[in-house]
Amino acid sequence: MSPSVNEYVNQFEIHQKLVAMVSDFLGFDASGLMAFLVFAVTAFAIVNVMALIGGLGTYAERKISADIQLRQGPNRVGPYGILQFLADGVKMIMKETIYPAQADRALFNLAPVLALLGVFATLAVVPFSSGFTLANLNVGVFYLIGVGSLVGVAVFLGGYAANSKWSMLGGMRGASQIISYEVPVTITTLSIVLLAGGLSFGHFVENQGGFPHEWFIFHNPFTFIGFFVFFVGMLAETNRAPFDLPEAESELVSGYHTEYTGMRFGLFALAEYIEVFVLCGVAVAAFLGGYKVPFDLGNGVIFVEKLGLPAIIGKNIGQVLQLGSFVTKTLALYYVVIWVRWTFPRIRVDQVMTICWKYLTPIALFNLIGVVFWMYAFDNQSLWEILSHLGGGSHGGHH
Amino acid sequence: MTSYTLDVYMPVIILMAFAIGLVLISVFVAQILRPFKPNALKEQAYECGEEPVGTAWSNFNVRFYVVSLIFIVFDVEGALMFPVASIYRKFVEIGEGAVLVGSLLVFISVLVVGIVYCWAKGDLDWVRSFQLSDEQINQLKGIEEKA
Repeated sequence: MSPSVNEYVNQFEIHQKLVAMVSDFLGFDASGLMAFLVFAVTAFAIVNVMALIGGLGTYAERKISADIQLRQGPNRVGPYGILQFLADGVKMIMKETIYPAQADRALFNLAPVLALLGVFATLAVVPFSSGFTLANLNVGVFYLIGVGSLVGVAVFLGGYAANSKWSMLGGMRGASQIISYEVPVTITTLSIVLLAGGLSFGHFVENQGGFPHEWFIFHNPFTFIGFFVFFVGMLAETNRAPFDLPEAESELVSGYHTEYTGMRFGLFALAEYIEVFVLCGVAVAAFLGGYKVPFDLGNGVIFVEKLGLPAIIGKNIGQVLQLGSFVTKTLALYYVVIWVRWTFPRIRVDQVMTICWKYLTPIALFNLIGVVFWMYAFDNQSLWEILSHLGGGSHGGHH
Repeated sequence: MTSYTLDVYMPVIILMAFAIGLVLISVFVAQILRPFKPNALKEQAYECGEEPVGTAWSNFNVRFYVVSLIFIVFDVEGALMFPVASIYRKFVEIGEGAVLVGSLLVFISVLVVGIVYCWAKGDLDWVRSFQLSDEQINQLKGIEEKA
């Protein structure tokens, strides 16, 4: 199974020597301290990369929307305008902070913190590769759903605390929308939990393979529909268009962050873009094979056997390939999210609720029942395995 | 390896500390650099140039409350299903899947009954029209005539 980053680092001799050295120096067993340092360094790297991805997300959003609408997009700051997000960041820091006179100051300050807190905490379980996961929690996806809903609290709190009518409307819409779409997303996740036989993302990914026919999305017809239910629910939970009612600029000015200025507004935007990345990563891990690489290149054994490389280097090459596989799929899904935003018009608030409760939830329940019976009837085989058995097993499933 | 001790939650604490640190640092840096000249006009709630009337903390559409009630029912159900769902695969592998199919179907049927009930009661309609019976209409007419 996939270990967390600490266990991955522990298997290298150089790290063990380092731990022994530090233990000698300090005079007590430093393995706990070293584990803390490994986690802290990795977490720091992930946080920085994610902040960069959040920033580049805003750039990508504007560039892709420009592409779709036959415009130029940002093209002044840096080559192809790629440093635009830094300029935006500097602008936000320089802007004056305005507290509305009637606002609840404490909650007003708390809301952006909660949004960022919820999003950063979800990063702990994102499975970037089999070794490069901060914490392979045994409650994995359950933890992610729970912590992720802090963002919903932040959206509502931001709308409520400002004591402005636009904010209040946006916050109310956001809260009801986020909790409503939690239901189909949870039920769809349950069907993947059935297939994976566990809640951790290690279970999710290790039970899939590198090729598309081994992914859970093509496991059976129900998970295929389930992926789209999950994707639509994901869009709504992150307040992305066509579900961006909480911040619908043509009716609510700017929705729940109408009264936010400067860096606090920037933190909300950062949290939103990172959350989209995280949820795309979850969709990839649950349905699209996660970090798996075709031909089992990910465990690096083949490099050691065929090319004669040392075991450590082979392993690390495998990790890089896994990371590449995961990030490529996630960014492809990220592109689709942006593409959807600039293609579909925003829907009405009653349509949001109708889609959730009258379409997605019944479909998700149907899928769940379908997966239960599929696993029971076909003894846990995927559609591909069944078909290849029917074909005389001449080209049996890849394992 | 999934661990069952609380050590595995250390990264979570670290990440949360980073989140708070990021907020504090960025707000602190902004505090030094940005201007701060509040006045009464700036601090007004933004209502597109109109003078704000009253507060935003007032009574709100009751539909939002109903939605959150339905959500609580469904979410608790979902949470209770996770343990059964996570062991189903193992039971299927040893050929004992039938034991859990029953209990899973019981759980799912509660959810189905719940959604059918809400649908039939009209709680899933955002814009809900009230169909008054003839008797009620006559009653209302009677009240109007008296007035």
